[in-house]
Amino acid sequence: METWQFLINQGPETLKLAWEHAWVVAVAVTIAIFTGVPIGIWITFNRQAADIVLYIAGIIMTIPSIALFGIMIPILSVFGYGIGTVPAIVALVLYSQLPIIRNTYAAIKNVDPAIIDAGIGMGMTRFQVLFKVQVPMALSVIFAGVRVAVVMSIGIGAIAAYIGAGGLGHYIFMGINQTYDAMINAGALCVAVMAVITDYIFGWIENRLVSKGLRT
Amino acid sequence: MIRLERLTKIYPGSTIPAVDNVSLHIPEGEICILIGSSGCGKTTLMRMINRLEPITSGTIKIDGKDVTHMDVIALRRSIGYAIQQIGLFPHMTVFENITVVPKLLGWNKKQMNERVDELLSLVNLDPAIYRDRYPRELSGGQAQRIGVTRAMAANPPVMLMDEPFGAIDPINREVLQDEFLKIQEKLKKTIVFVTHDIHEAVKMGDRIALLDAGNLIQYATPEELLTRPKNQFVKDFVGADRALKRLDLLKVADAMLKNPVRCSTEDASEKILERMVEKNLNYLLVTAPGNHLVGYVNIDMLRGHKGVVGDLARPMSITVRPDQNLKDALSKMLTYDIGIVVAVDDQGVLQGILNSKTLVSVVGETYDEHGGHWGNITTGGRIL
Repeated sequence: METWQFLINQGPETLKLAWEHAWVVAVAVTIAIFTGVPIGIWITFNRQAADIVLYIAGIIMTIPSIALFGIMIPILSVFGYGIGTVPAIVALVLYSQLPIIRNTYAAIKNVDPAIIDAGIGMGMTRFQVLFKVQVPMALSVIFAGVRVAVVMSIGIGAIAAYIGAGGLGHYIFMGINQTYDAMINAGALCVAVMAVITDYIFGWIENRLVSKGLRT
Repeated sequence: MIRLERLTKIYPGSTIPAVDNVSLHIPEGEICILIGSSGCGKTTLMRMINRLEPITSGTIKIDGKDVTHMDVIALRRSIGYAIQQIGLFPHMTVFENITVVPKLLGWNKKQMNERVDELLSLVNLDPAIYRDRYPRELSGGQAQRIGVTRAMAANPPVMLMDEPFGAIDPINREVLQDEFLKIQEKLKKTIVFVTHDIHEAVKMGDRIALLDAGNLIQYATPEELLTRPKNQFVKDFVGADRALKRLDLLKVADAMLKNPVRCSTEDASEKILERMVEKNLNYLLVTAPGNHLVGYVNIDMLRGHKGVVGDLARPMSITVRPDQNLKDALSKMLTYDIGIVVAVDDQGVLQGILNSKTLVSVVGETYDEHGGHWGNITTGGRIL
């Protein structure tokens, strides 16, 4: 109840923070999709590269988020971006790589060899097999990876407030400092709601993009 | 049309050839069956034709052109390729699946629409119902039909088919095979067809190439393979029942007695009775003018009857067509326990008569046979 009251009183402020949060996540995930998917596709051609890339992405995933933000500060301050949204975006891009690359790689690798053989036998080029057969068939699993990355980024994005990136994490950290429960709850609630809504939206987009022939 | 010369394939890292010095010629418009047990090299041999497998040595010429000198993509687009049902793209509709190659070749929308409708009608699928379906919404038989249709889409003169009817139940397989043979009769494609089913090979093939361990053992027509197997291996492969397999190959027309004895509907019963007793016949066929089969009469029916046989004739419930294969005919004879079956064409005109005796002798076995309850069947036309 108190949380509700807080949100009503702080309406404009809450919207501003939610917008910041969404913006950071959106930029990060967009970059992650446009890097992760091509990397995932590329490593299907090269087994060795696949092992290395997946290994590195796995390691990045295991670094605690708060530590990663800490590491960003000295590295990026060289370019004058030690704190704020830039390190936050960089960190989220890195975190998003594993689910996106791994799903893309696995999905494309999983396409039945007989189907690829049919494509090649009918006279498709390697490129055509990839983009007319393998990627469309892999799309739903790639999307699942993107959805994981998005939801995760919204969660981790809350911690980015710690290095001055703003967003809904601001309420959580301020609430902890002030032992103001309503504020903490309000921050947490907003993050959760945002994650659920975004996941739903992505599910809807997935439904439109993935061929009806692949629905089970 | 397709000429393989001293073709050899050795997979990297192996010393034993998968295909060993195979030469064969496939004439235009024929179905050549590649058959053998698994691992005999039949699929590898087929895949070398559209260069899915690189050639180790030897040449393949299609229409006199060496395939290794052709652009590989253009080569593959000019050859229809059908594999088991699994080869349909699940994310594409029937329409999209069929038009894969036409699209690659840059056909326009109108051409593709017409072609898809034409092809679907050819395999007895209503375009209005099926063109927008996805493979998962098709039965096995329907998917298989689409697979074959897809291979024919751009009207290639040559088609490669790797067990196209493999993943399907025996009843539907027969239906699909018959359907395909009918289509082939019209289109006359040059087809390389891989199977491990000797039954299918005998039924579908104009020629059969039997392979073992990469070697071509015998290349012959089905008839020759069954009647003159080259060695024990071929004998074993075609099976001890190879005589029965010829039943698939032969038509009723090949074994029937043409011009069987008969009488006309206009003939007087008394006279016919007399002749039947004289000739020792129990039953007799009755035809109307134009040789249309009306039915039959027997001696008991005729006894004491005044008038013409046309009044008495009972219709024949079981008949066969001259273009049916002998297996179907024999099966009918066994099912209804009849020693004789009459062949009529679609217009009901009497063509001949098939009895178990002639059937057996045609298939290559002889039994000591006793007339059957029709009495001794003779030829020579009208009994009067």
